[in-house]
Amino acid sequence: MTRKTMTLNVGPQHPATHGVLRVEVELDGETILNAKPIVGYLHSGIEKNMEAKTYTQAITMTDRMDYLAPMSNNLVYVMAIEKLMGVEVPLRAQYIRVIMTELTRLNSHLVWLGTHATDIGAMTMLLYTFREREKILQMYEFVSGVRMMSTYFRIGGLAKDVPEGFDTRVIDILDTFPSKIDEYEGLLTENKIWKNRTIGVGKISAEDAIKAGLSGPMLRASGINWDIRKANPYCSYDKFDFEVPLGKNGDTYDRYKCRVAEMRQSLRIIRQALEGLPHGNYIAKDYKVAPPPKVEMLKKMEQLIHHFKFWSEGFSPPEGDVYHSIESPKGEIGCYIVSDGSNKPYRVHFRPPSFINISALNKLVKGHLISDLIAIIGTTDIVLGEVDR
Amino acid sequence: MLVDQIKEQLKNKRADDFESLYILRGDIVGIVKKEQLIDLCQYLKDNPNLQFDFLSMITAADYLGKNEKRFEVIYSFYSIKQHHRIMLKIACDDNEEIPSLTALWDTANFQEREVYDMFGIRFSNHPNLTRVLMDDDWVGHPQRKDFPLTYEAPEFSHNRDNIELDDKSPDREIF
Repeated sequence: MTRKTMTLNVGPQHPATHGVLRVEVELDGETILNAKPIVGYLHSGIEKNMEAKTYTQAITMTDRMDYLAPMSNNLVYVMAIEKLMGVEVPLRAQYIRVIMTELTRLNSHLVWLGTHATDIGAMTMLLYTFREREKILQMYEFVSGVRMMSTYFRIGGLAKDVPEGFDTRVIDILDTFPSKIDEYEGLLTENKIWKNRTIGVGKISAEDAIKAGLSGPMLRASGINWDIRKANPYCSYDKFDFEVPLGKNGDTYDRYKCRVAEMRQSLRIIRQALEGLPHGNYIAKDYKVAPPPKVEMLKKMEQLIHHFKFWSEGFSPPEGDVYHSIESPKGEIGCYIVSDGSNKPYRVHFRPPSFINISALNKLVKGHLISDLIAIIGTTDIVLGEVDR
Repeated sequence: MLVDQIKEQLKNKRADDFESLYILRGDIVGIVKKEQLIDLCQYLKDNPNLQFDFLSMITAADYLGKNEKRFEVIYSFYSIKQHHRIMLKIACDDNEEIPSLTALWDTANFQEREVYDMFGIRFSNHPNLTRVLMDDDWVGHPQRKDFPLTYEAPEFSHNRDNIELDDKSPDREIF
């Protein structure tokens, strides 16, 4: 007698899929035989749209991909163009970029932790993590004027310098945050139910993880020491002292431990960057790629021309293509840009870590129970805006 | 390994696989012959000096009217052990098939599907070459340069006479 299997659709409208992800699951009883992630419900043609915008205008599109880590997306895009044009970024801008992207990492990990724990049944976590996330969103608003779609980074530096009182606010976050992480860990790390639901679930070996293209905490939980901040330092990351947390077993519990440890390391980096924050310009003094200061623009004819040219026509990088990648909270985010010598990018492509991590879903869930699927989608830490772009 | 050394090694050992090999902005870039792709990737992966074990990205670009062959498929490989990167490119035309890398890297599966979805470039020996982001019944490939960004040009009083009426909406009104 052949056993009958059942096909079940999880999503797209399901709170535990973190957006509009559909998973077509083939079940034998409660055991998953196959899981097919079906994506694309949020596809909005961001890459295509960017081709119709000037290089500066297109920065705003990048925020809308991974809306939990907008600054990381900004950073990879502007750094790709800086690499294409050979623009030197002032040290002050680099340090502020580091502070803001590390805050972004905290932001992204907090949402991951809250939703992931809520999915498995630890309802309190979401309230706890969103309380701390609020502070980070307020920092976003403080520096850029916007809580989520900040578009704070510009080609050559930042949109504007940080306002007065920036350091006291960051120090406030740095001082209160460690005790909050202790709180989260107190609730989860040794929690029996949490351990039962996560240990041994969604295991992936180091070799398979590399083959599947996993990156970020997903890969490091399997014991592979690869963090782009250490391996190919950018934005002066080589000047900061921090560790790369590694896991051993590559299961959901290890990924949880890795990300929580990463939050502590991020705090370390922010503190060092804030202490060493140099004075100077916040944006490159190259008026071909960056607007001149307002005061000069109002007084000097030449700067007025630069200002007008920059905001109306934009600038035209030399012909050619470039790939640049950085460590986003979710893994390696890369940006491939082709320039045809005009003021708009000819082709922009992002290597979205969420899209590639979710493509390994089948490997992670095979043989587990249907309830583990929810835990595994949570641990993959996807943002559908980035998956579908 | 430094980019110069990688270039030197590839020049010496695998010169036949490349149409050209150069260093641009500190990155090593190779234009590869289509037939040699799988073999070359296996070499890049297994060679103890190179160890390109991580397939970082697959994408494509449409050079309609610019290049002799319309498309370019772009691969970015990375070595997790040695932290170096290489970019490979293959030129291809509308009706050509590119060998799939799914046998070597699982991650190629979804990324090649995206390239197929967006550009209509086909990969041979791919286990499931279907659309991934667009609907299954979608007509056309959005990232091609001849695929319009919008069907209707925005209308203003100054350009209303210049806009060609779209067949799909013949009875629309101009406000």
